[in-house]
Amino acid sequence: MANVSLGVPPTEKAIETEELGPVRRSTLSRQRLRAAWLFLLPMIVVLALVAGWPLLRTIWLSFTDATLDTIGTAEFVGFRNYWEYVDYGDGTGEYFGLLHDPAWWGSVWNTVYYASISVVLETILGLVFALVLNAEFKGRALVRAAVLIPWAIPTVVSAKMWAWMLNDQFGIINDMLMTLGIISSPVAWTANPDTAMWAVIMVDVWKTTPFMTLLILAGLQMVPGDVYEAAKIDGISPVKVFFKVTLPLIRPAILVAVIFRALDALRVFDLIYVLTPNNSQTKTMSVYAQENLFQFNQFAQGSAASTFLFLIIAFITLFYIKVARLEFGGGK
Amino acid sequence: MPAILRQTGFYLLVAFIVLFSVFPFYYAMLTSLKSGTGLFQVNYLPREIAWGNYAAILSDATFLRNLANSVFVASVVVVISLFLAVTAAYALSRIAFRGRTLLLLTVLAVSMFPQIAVLAGLFEVIRGLGLYNTLYSLIFAYMIFTLPFTVWVLTTFMRDLPIEIEEAAIVDGASPFTIVTKVFLPLMWPALVTTGLLAFIAAWNEFLFALTFVSNNDTRTVPVAIALLSGASAQEIPWGIIMAASVVVTVPLIVLVLIFQRKIISGLTAGGVKG
Repeated sequence: MANVSLGVPPTEKAIETEELGPVRRSTLSRQRLRAAWLFLLPMIVVLALVAGWPLLRTIWLSFTDATLDTIGTAEFVGFRNYWEYVDYGDGTGEYFGLLHDPAWWGSVWNTVYYASISVVLETILGLVFALVLNAEFKGRALVRAAVLIPWAIPTVVSAKMWAWMLNDQFGIINDMLMTLGIISSPVAWTANPDTAMWAVIMVDVWKTTPFMTLLILAGLQMVPGDVYEAAKIDGISPVKVFFKVTLPLIRPAILVAVIFRALDALRVFDLIYVLTPNNSQTKTMSVYAQENLFQFNQFAQGSAASTFLFLIIAFITLFYIKVARLEFGGGK
Repeated sequence: MPAILRQTGFYLLVAFIVLFSVFPFYYAMLTSLKSGTGLFQVNYLPREIAWGNYAAILSDATFLRNLANSVFVASVVVVISLFLAVTAAYALSRIAFRGRTLLLLTVLAVSMFPQIAVLAGLFEVIRGLGLYNTLYSLIFAYMIFTLPFTVWVLTTFMRDLPIEIEEAAIVDGASPFTIVTKVFLPLMWPALVTTGLLAFIAAWNEFLFALTFVSNNDTRTVPVAIALLSGASAQEIPWGIIMAASVVVTVPLIVLVLIFQRKIISGLTAGGVKG
């Protein structure tokens, strides 16, 4: 049975030096310990430089008055980038800051909406694809190769390809739908506020279903074949076998695939930036932050958005892992 | 349900899956081979094969430069992250020391990091190091996602190697570095190819850092170049050329992925599901 490896790989294989005698053991294990830290040092330094320190700096900058050109000399201003009331002195005043910006909350909503719908669709579709690929049929290897193709295509390229297919005047999607009589006049998929988000979701589903399929397929292949044999002999319907046997067995694989995908979807940037530029209906947290940081000269508020996004994603991850683990405990 | 109906249904589903996966790229190729006003007629099958768009994109010095940039960045990223990861993975998988679990969890956490969360601070570091607007800024920044991933997968791989392969070398008094290079490295080629390939693809496709840390046309990588390809006005988007460029940057990846299909699948799932 598949187990969730969000934890740490077990380490029974690590060399225990006990058998080599007391004197050699101490010098040997000391030597190995020194080597371990020496080996790890470059990785730790690099990760600290590209991840740890920048994260701390981003959080710090969100509490300063930094602009793109004055990052070095930025001064602490408290929570002003998050929430600020400016009193105009005549009894009126105005609120400013990230948490008072409707555009920010719009982008939070867009991100959550986009992530939940696309991950759900990808999971269902990935499950169907994986079940098909798990069956034996002629040409299965070819089909599996075909399924990998969307995954191999760079996101920016996918976005451009679909932008062309979804083009309002010359796009093939409008042509297909009009030929089939589903729509009567061309739709401006990526520009129309009602359809832009669905266009984004469609492309994301196309692009990342292969990843879901592969992870779920790996889970499916660990279900022993005799389970199905037994069910067949007992005359249990395939649908029942799927829900009562297969699904519970591959649930760990699905849960892992979902968290990986969800984390990816929550930080989405390139797809939205390229497919639907400057569209408030699809702007996600990452796009909001990047624009504020580097295009609107609101560096400090952009940092605040980055910090907040980090908190939201960390919270969702911890919550999900907790819930998923609890369910495992009950299921075993 | 009669068997014949079920069979037909199944193969219809298979046909749908293949069409769903392949059609958009097929259509991009179809578009890239059109010329002039042919672009504005929707066809499902090729009507003409015109190489004009390819000639245009492949004679564009800036685009060729962007291609070379992408190859350079992705290759260097792969070499550096594999080098750092092999030794780190050895320590994490074969040597028991305090704090190992915490370190592994940290590595995993970084691999799931939202890149935007470090963007402001990373921008400052890159400017501080004088790397802004150079390809080195990207090589440096890409470590945030290639390094944790390679460390994680190689650790999983090394952990599964039998203890005996190392024992003899330890008894002979070989140093840990010798053990890594002489004992483990020769066994690790499959894992190195897989992780290297996945790291290459990730670096090749990256967009956010490439857009932010480089502002010069000649220094851009291909994803940004393609995203910014535009005509004289919004009405004149050169779709044929964009599709040709897209095909050019994607075909090598698809070929690699198809050749190394099995390895890639095992690498992708090693991070997620273990038996």
